Amino acid sequence: MNRLAVPKTYKLFIGGAFPRSESGRSYVVQSPKGRFLANSSLASRKDARDAVRAARAAFGGWAGASAYNRGQVLYRVAEVLDGRHGQFVDEIVAQEGGSRAAAAAQVDEAIDRWVWYAGWADKFAQVAGNANPVAGPYFNISVPEPTGVVAIIAPQDSSLLGLVSAIAPALVTGNTVVVIASERFPLSAISLAEAVATSDLPGGVLNVLTGSPAEIAPWLASHADVNALDLVGAGELDWIALETAAVGTVKRVRWPETGAAAVAPSLERIRAFTETKTVWHTKSMI
Amino acid sequence: MSFLEYAPAPESTSILRLQDQYGLFIDGEFVEGGGTPFDTIAPSTGKKLATMSCADGHDVERAVTAARRAYDTTWSKLSGRDRGKYLFRIARLVQERGRELAVAESLDNGKPIKETRDFDIPTVAAWFFYYAGWADKLEHAGLGPNPRSLGVAAQVIPWNFPLMMLAWKIAPALAAGNTVVLKPASTTPLTAILFAEILQQADLPRGVVNILTGPGSMGGQLVAHPGVDKVAFTGSTGVGQTIARSIAGQRKRLTLELGGKGANLVFDDAPIDQAIEGVVNGIFFNQGQVCCAGSRLLVQESIHDEFVDRLKARMQTLRVGDPLDKNTDVGAINSAAQLATIAELADAGEAEGAEKWSPDCVLPSEGFWYAPTIFTNVQTSHRIAREEVFGPVLSILTFRTPAEAIAKANNTPYGLSAGIWSDKGSRVLALADQLRAGVVWANTFNKFDPTSPFGGYKESGYGREGGRQGIGAYLQASEAQQSTSTPRGASRRSITAATPAALPAKTSSRKKAAK
Repeated sequence: MNRLAVPKTYKLFIGGAFPRSESGRSYVVQSPKGRFLANSSLASRKDARDAVRAARAAFGGWAGASAYNRGQVLYRVAEVLDGRHGQFVDEIVAQEGGSRAAAAAQVDEAIDRWVWYAGWADKFAQVAGNANPVAGPYFNISVPEPTGVVAIIAPQDSSLLGLVSAIAPALVTGNTVVVIASERFPLSAISLAEAVATSDLPGGVLNVLTGSPAEIAPWLASHADVNALDLVGAGELDWIALETAAVGTVKRVRWPETGAAAVAPSLERIRAFTETKTVWHTKSMI
Repeated sequence: MSFLEYAPAPESTSILRLQDQYGLFIDGEFVEGGGTPFDTIAPSTGKKLATMSCADGHDVERAVTAARRAYDTTWSKLSGRDRGKYLFRIARLVQERGRELAVAESLDNGKPIKETRDFDIPTVAAWFFYYAGWADKLEHAGLGPNPRSLGVAAQVIPWNFPLMMLAWKIAPALAAGNTVVLKPASTTPLTAILFAEILQQADLPRGVVNILTGPGSMGGQLVAHPGVDKVAFTGSTGVGQTIARSIAGQRKRLTLELGGKGANLVFDDAPIDQAIEGVVNGIFFNQGQVCCAGSRLLVQESIHDEFVDRLKARMQTLRVGDPLDKNTDVGAINSAAQLATIAELADAGEAEGAEKWSPDCVLPSEGFWYAPTIFTNVQTSHRIAREEVFGPVLSILTFRTPAEAIAKANNTPYGLSAGIWSDKGSRVLALADQLRAGVVWANTFNKFDPTSPFGGYKESGYGREGGRQGIGAYLQASEAQQSTSTPRGASRRSITAATPAALPAKTSSRKKAAK
């Protein structure tokens, strides 16, 4: 007699916890052939606000952690991802279809890319910052700092790799993130959150919403406590309206990307959500 | 009678021979504008200095076309070394004509001649010298090998540092290989047009820099023009938002240097005399019309009364009056409109219960003037503690602990500048870490240098000017880097596969539809 499976309940990830949507709503996630996979939480405006609040609360601690510590924690996420390799392959095949080999390649690349970004944590300031040789008796130094809470619309055509490629560069400098997962392929995002939740990443540093980007994104774009907006996966939305809404609080905005080059790993993606702080200190005349 | 009486020592204006009327500068020539000419006046007297041409939509079209042609045919094809040589020429010509430019700037803006002579114009020259040397070293700008210019840059600058803001915009843009259409502020267009003469003397290729004088609405047409690839704006947060809104969806690179409400934190162990000089410089430099002005003074409660008394004594010695007088510390407010804004906010300060104080000083009867002013008993909720006054008005608050100082300093939607005055280095550095501001001055204030990045956090904008970061705003990574893709089926553990430079170029993700 076959053992009856124990299917997973996919929830949201907010403030380090896994709540259902406060709205009580969910939506059906299907395989490419129409098979029922899960009832995924359909996040609401209130969930988005809760996620922003959690991200803001977590910002001071994460940004204030040493770069070495952030790198260690992010590398730990990669370790836990690797341990769940098979689970991600299964989920990708179920959501996206395609071969197991292709799904495995996506998981491999997502893990490797996460490791690549983790390694930048204690190096980025050396590459992006500098001492400035000003004409006067001053010690003058510029360092990159995280910009704050970053709202991301994850690439919609990829379950895991696109998501990882968008959130890792934002996290590595100390930003906290609210990400709206791929609407069609949300399951990997919640499994990623489970890896994150057991990797010493402080609660609230990463918050994952599943549901409709078209419904949630406008609230994040106009939210006064969000500092930057990554529209990388917003190409099918009215992203110009989102960019326009972000103007109200002078958010940094990245535009939608498509094609093979989308979310390619780069220092530019890290730099996009940092500020440069320049400190002048007098030197005594001796 | 105030501190000391000096005889007037006005700078001679004989070196400046103004024409009655100036044209627009398009494609290397001075031309008439399609709009209605307007007068630029001396704010210290209200008298007309010259009539300026006014650009209309047709002129915007001509200027962008000229800049595009210059970009395609000349400037983008020039070697970095030769671009740098042009910038060195410009720097030298600014130095040669330094006194003339200082007089013109002081007249047109109303700021004291000692500031234009000793700060503005030397800084302009320094900016061109610094970026001249970058032109042939772009591969070291932090974007990887072979970074590329963006194209045509539309640049809109404010009236508080007319020529200096021009230099901050034009020097890095040209060094990176872009061409420029610049719109100076409508109240201070004079020195930009004198600068255009310098470009002719430098024999800069036609169309590389175009300068359009006119109203803000023309600036709006300029930044929205589809032929523009990059927009740079310095000015108020409100106008910056209007610009960002107008170009949303066009994928134009945008940098914004917007308003501020800088906090100047004075601890009880601060070197008090230096701190008072720094506070005075922080708020009365350029009549307080500085986006990074230290307009909120936060004094540790234990020294508040003594500090305010000594600050008032120092303010009694400020000389307010003729901008061309070499002894003048505080000049004229730039325009009637700005004067009205300052007065309105100061009135709100009194109405909300703060105590207003100004030293004895007789203001000239003509022109636009506002006495140096401080407010004590200011609460964090008062408008004068929250809104940018952009005038010689200082709000004074207190704090007890470093934690309270940080909380109050960061309690603003802006994040441009901050100052810390303390003898304790460890505290200074810890505070500098905590302040959400783009520039932190410790035991000094209002220092600028072309090698040093400047720009804001939060609603003070995004982007940096100055330094390596400043030229980065006019560059993009090479195609090969940008269009890196992930090889499908890459072997497991292959970390090099995720290294961008190791991968071949594919399709560009940033091709503009307009081109």
